[in-house]
Amino acid sequence: MNPYFDCFRTFFRIGLFTIGGGYAMIPLIEADVVERKHWVKKEEFLDLVAIAQSAPGVFAVNLSIFIGQRLLGTRGSVVCALGTILPSFLIILVIALFFSQFQHIAWVQSVFKGIRPAVVALIAVPVFKMARTARITRTTIWIPICCALLIALFGLSPIYVILAAGAGGYFYGRFIEPTDE
Amino acid sequence: MTLFSLLVQLFITFFKIGMFGFGGGYAMLSMIQADVVTRYGWLTSGQFTDIVAISQMTPGPIGINSATYVGYTSMVTAGYGHAWGVVGSFTATLAVVLPSFLLMWLLSKFLLRHKNHPIVEQVFTGLRPAVVGLLMAAAFMLLTRENFATPSQPWQFYISCFLFGVAFVGSYCYRINPIALIVACGAAGWLLF
Repeated sequence: MNPYFDCFRTFFRIGLFTIGGGYAMIPLIEADVVERKHWVKKEEFLDLVAIAQSAPGVFAVNLSIFIGQRLLGTRGSVVCALGTILPSFLIILVIALFFSQFQHIAWVQSVFKGIRPAVVALIAVPVFKMARTARITRTTIWIPICCALLIALFGLSPIYVILAAGAGGYFYGRFIEPTDE
Repeated sequence: MTLFSLLVQLFITFFKIGMFGFGGGYAMLSMIQADVVTRYGWLTSGQFTDIVAISQMTPGPIGINSATYVGYTSMVTAGYGHAWGVVGSFTATLAVVLPSFLLMWLLSKFLLRHKNHPIVEQVFTGLRPAVVGLLMAAAFMLLTRENFATPSQPWQFYISCFLFGVAFVGSYCYRINPIALIVACGAAGWLLF
């Protein structure tokens, strides 16, 4: 089989069957790319996951770009990214086309009135989960709270918060808490 | 706004989101919201919440889903019709993934080799708590009248708060699947509102 088509098909399937996005995709990608296709080794896959997570942008797309690059170079990375993106692009496009016609119907509005508070809760839950993985303690809890207040109350762009936090981490590590090296 | 400047703004906005969107889909939400809802008013906070709901029930990453949806909706809301809506969704989706390609070169050459370099570690030490803050901001900013009603409409307000509590506890304590929670709360909304 054409290797480009094989890559595209694999990532298209991954994009099509992972509901919930992002991290829900990891096990599926691993099953296909590591166990079934043997495209990358297990340890290498974990490295790629770590890099894709720390890089900005859409995690699953980053991961597919890295794997495509590893397999078939630049063209491979484009093909793999397309495969990951295309299913959600097409599905959302169809929904967007029709949702504008549905959304004024009374019962659809009632359904979404019930859904909206639940969605806000589903966004609030990962705050607590991420606080745990980011090892937020009583001495560092002011950082996320200040960031959130600056964005939500004072309308500061999240981009400045990201830049300031990265710089802050660098200066803290460099001048206040020197590492052993 | 002219057609061309709207497309350029869509591109720039989502390019920035792809470029600075550290910490995955949910953290990107606060960036999307800051520009799309607060700054440009392309969507209301209610519409934005609906997109998140739809993103969670459909396949694919939330960043792609919301770029596609916002691109389409902003063009149609501005009065340009369905065909331009498709162009808008293509523009926004392309813009959000483009930085990933550009960064790939840097990352595969730099970060892969210097992953354990102290400077990289220091920067990420600062980023991690900030990303939690971004997520917190996204949740704060969605506590709006459109999503919860106001106490002057007690029936809808208290039921909304109750559904919020149910979804939070269900997801956090019992790890109930988000799709199941969304479907259940949608059914409750259909029956109660």
